[in-house]
Amino acid sequence: MGAIATDFQDFLEAHLGQELLRFTTAGSVDDGKSTLIGRLLHDTKSVYEDQLAAVKKSRVNRAANGHVDLSLLTDGLKAEREQGITIDVAYRYFSTSRRKFIIADTPGHEQYTRNMATGASTADVAVVLIDARAYLREGKLLPQSRRHTYIASLLGIPHVVAAVNKMDLVGYSEETFRAIRAEFVEFSTQLGLKSVTVIPVSALEGDNVVSQSKAMPWYDGPTLLEFLETVPLAEAGHDGPLRFPVQLVQRPDANFRGFAGQVARGVLRAGDRVMALPSRRETTVKRIVTWDGDLPAAAYPQSVTVELEDEIDLSRGEMLVPSSSVGELALPSIARRFRAMVVWMHEQPLVVGRTYLVKHTTRTARATVKAIRYRVDVGSLEHQQADRLVMNEIAEVELETNLPLFFDAYAESRTTGSLILIDGLTNATVGAAMIVGASESEGADGEQAALVLVAGRAELAERVRDGMEARGKRAVIVDDPLIPIESLVAAIRALSLAGVTAISARSLSVNELEQVRGFAEGRIVLAESLEDDEVLRLSGVEA
Amino acid sequence: MTKTTALDIDSTLLPARLNHLQALEAESIVILREAVAEFARPVMLYSIGKDSSVMLRLAQKAFYPGKIPFPLLHVDTSYKFPEMITFRDAYAKEIGAELIVHRNEEAIAAGANPYTLGTQNCCGLLKTRSLLDALAEGGFDAAFGGARRDEEKSRAKERVYSFRDSAGQWDPKNQRPELWSLYNSRLRKGESIRVFPLSNWTELDIWLYLYAEKIPIVPLYFAKERPLIVRGGQMTLYHDGLKLLPGEEVRSEKVRMRSLGCLPCTGAMKSEADTLPKIIEELLTFRRSERENRAIDHDEEGSMESKKREGYF
Ligand SMILES: Nc1nc2c(ncn2[C@@H]2O[C@H](COP(=O)(O)OP(=O)(O)OP(=O)(O)O)[C@@H](O)[C@H]2O)c(=O)[nH]1
Ligand SMILES: [Mg+2]
Repeated sequence: MGAIATDFQDFLEAHLGQELLRFTTAGSVDDGKSTLIGRLLHDTKSVYEDQLAAVKKSRVNRAANGHVDLSLLTDGLKAEREQGITIDVAYRYFSTSRRKFIIADTPGHEQYTRNMATGASTADVAVVLIDARAYLREGKLLPQSRRHTYIASLLGIPHVVAAVNKMDLVGYSEETFRAIRAEFVEFSTQLGLKSVTVIPVSALEGDNVVSQSKAMPWYDGPTLLEFLETVPLAEAGHDGPLRFPVQLVQRPDANFRGFAGQVARGVLRAGDRVMALPSRRETTVKRIVTWDGDLPAAAYPQSVTVELEDEIDLSRGEMLVPSSSVGELALPSIARRFRAMVVWMHEQPLVVGRTYLVKHTTRTARATVKAIRYRVDVGSLEHQQADRLVMNEIAEVELETNLPLFFDAYAESRTTGSLILIDGLTNATVGAAMIVGASESEGADGEQAALVLVAGRAELAERVRDGMEARGKRAVIVDDPLIPIESLVAAIRALSLAGVTAISARSLSVNELEQVRGFAEGRIVLAESLEDDEVLRLSGVEA
Repeated sequence: MTKTTALDIDSTLLPARLNHLQALEAESIVILREAVAEFARPVMLYSIGKDSSVMLRLAQKAFYPGKIPFPLLHVDTSYKFPEMITFRDAYAKEIGAELIVHRNEEAIAAGANPYTLGTQNCCGLLKTRSLLDALAEGGFDAAFGGARRDEEKSRAKERVYSFRDSAGQWDPKNQRPELWSLYNSRLRKGESIRVFPLSNWTELDIWLYLYAEKIPIVPLYFAKERPLIVRGGQMTLYHDGLKLLPGEEVRSEKVRMRSLGCLPCTGAMKSEADTLPKIIEELLTFRRSERENRAIDHDEEGSMESKKREGYF
């Protein structure tokens, strides 16, 4: 008994200690992505007998030379088997003695590019398939192979491996392989990809997938599996300054107020000074609470609950970052206007001037497309002018949100540099965006005020409101007697979060004004001794 | 949870590196919290099985030190193993969770059963219909489910946030893109989302976690001498009141359940594994998938997908 228990303990530790690698397939339709994944699963003995039997029994078989159609292991939808293509991502899991793998097998068909992006967004490695025979026929890489490689580079996937497939159909020719490799390496250099590997394979016959090919003695590099088992994994995000977006405020009883969330970047430590955004209030991390006990420190991807020393104002959609004493460089960009690479994923085009919802970390805001700076031709990588983006097009876009976002460039942080665009009417997810940086033109047309305080001048309050509305800005006078003075600060804050300016002719106490300052940063207009015109100008109503 | 390996000599300065179970746990907690933050009225589908047990523990962790902020919903077909019901009631009480039990009483009273209706129709009435009714009655806009992508080929295709139209149906050809861990929870009236926090867990991960976390599970998972009959080529556990067909006889075998569904449709398997380590060792030798002992999954090619389209979990 003792022996069994120790063996088990050894097994458990070995198993738990395994690294997890997520990879995705990419490439043009029918390049053999699903067949390759099926082959990988099959040859690593990761397929259950009843599942393999079901595939053998299937009415469909598109595999040549009497092979079992291994693409059916991942093409799990009826429509996929009927049409012989992959429509949506399939996630498969397997492990070897060295690593655990999560595979996303994505569709090559152009219509389903958004599903490819879905599978690729979390990958550490992209396996781009290239059909060697199609290459010979076209004399160049297919546009979809380029598009997917480009998307993989935009999504910041650290390693790209090109699997040159169907080598059996080109007589296992070294010359063909070399031609493809040269073109792929050149294209990926243009894209700035740092880690690129090219492997000749036959998914159908199993060459260089799990075992070394006998048909290609001229190739002495790793098989695909060897590559996947040994490619170095990026160390989890300990690097970079702290970003802790608040997901949820936990208030189980009057004695505890905690901020639940996932550390998105950097290290959160008990005892560290931190700053809350947007209030810029500073405090100290009192405890990092988890069910398994308090932690001295936490990093990405840990999910924890933070208790702070002081009662500061902090809620979902806001963020803890390093204290300002660490220096401005440790702060994220805090801006409403920024540039991002957008992959458009919907039949309805993206149009300049239109407003969408964006979800960025735990914050949801409204974003207006200010400009399309350029659209990328995925074949030549040239920049083109455009005023709209149709499905599958990629462009650098300038967006302006109604509330400030706290972000890093995507190149620095996949978690705080990414956002999705949602159509507010249909609720469809229409775009994926990777932030390039805050716009230089920030503030050109001014940030919308959170509060315009015109104590005692009710008529001016109305003029400000009407003027703002005429300019398409949303503003509300909060002097309805039904809003008690004690709730005024909360009302102003709620409006500010929704991108609406609060206007008041009441008098706020110093204390209340201080509270508003806490979240409104510089966005307060105090009329006090100013002329009407000056107040209107400061409120963004008159030039 | 098991000990983490420290990345740095001074482990108080740097956080420990997560092992893969801890990484899965962290991801699941994000999903649970995100759904609670964004949906008006979430509920957790609690099936009493091993996956539900893991999901429930993750919910306890996600909202610690608070309580689980949503009710548990069990869709009771009336054909569940008696041990499951006993376990359900005791465990919900122990952890202080609110439990809703829903049964399609009309169909049960009318005598719905898998023998005369067939598994497809029986599941349709007692599980899918019943589930959709319960969700509508409770006004739930999001329902957590313990499904894993490694269970079955159509599940492998499903998003973490699986969108359902106002009839509760899934359209696998038209799923919302789902990038990074940015989930789109926007709904119109009547629509809902099934949320799957365990999407990326495998069967082995579940067992390892149950072991590492010492999570209680229904005793039927452990091998024991049990009375059974062989029906339709499957070992069906015998219990008082089960009517024997001509030629059937009750015998006793050391068996356990690899997955738990309804009594008539979930077969037992011969096994000596009466502890979690033994179950895990046994699992590593399996050549056949866990759903093989479930009649529902292979009535025909693609039958799970059809069920899911209709609103089955
Ligand atoms: N001869 C040969 N045929 C192959 C090879 N790999 C795949 N095929 C065949 O190519 C066809 C397409 O294979 P799939 O695996 O479905 O291609 P895919 O890239 O997954 O296609 P989509 O997912 O729809 O983009 C099938 O008929 C395969 O049998 C190979 O190495 N050699
Ligand atoms: Mg495919």
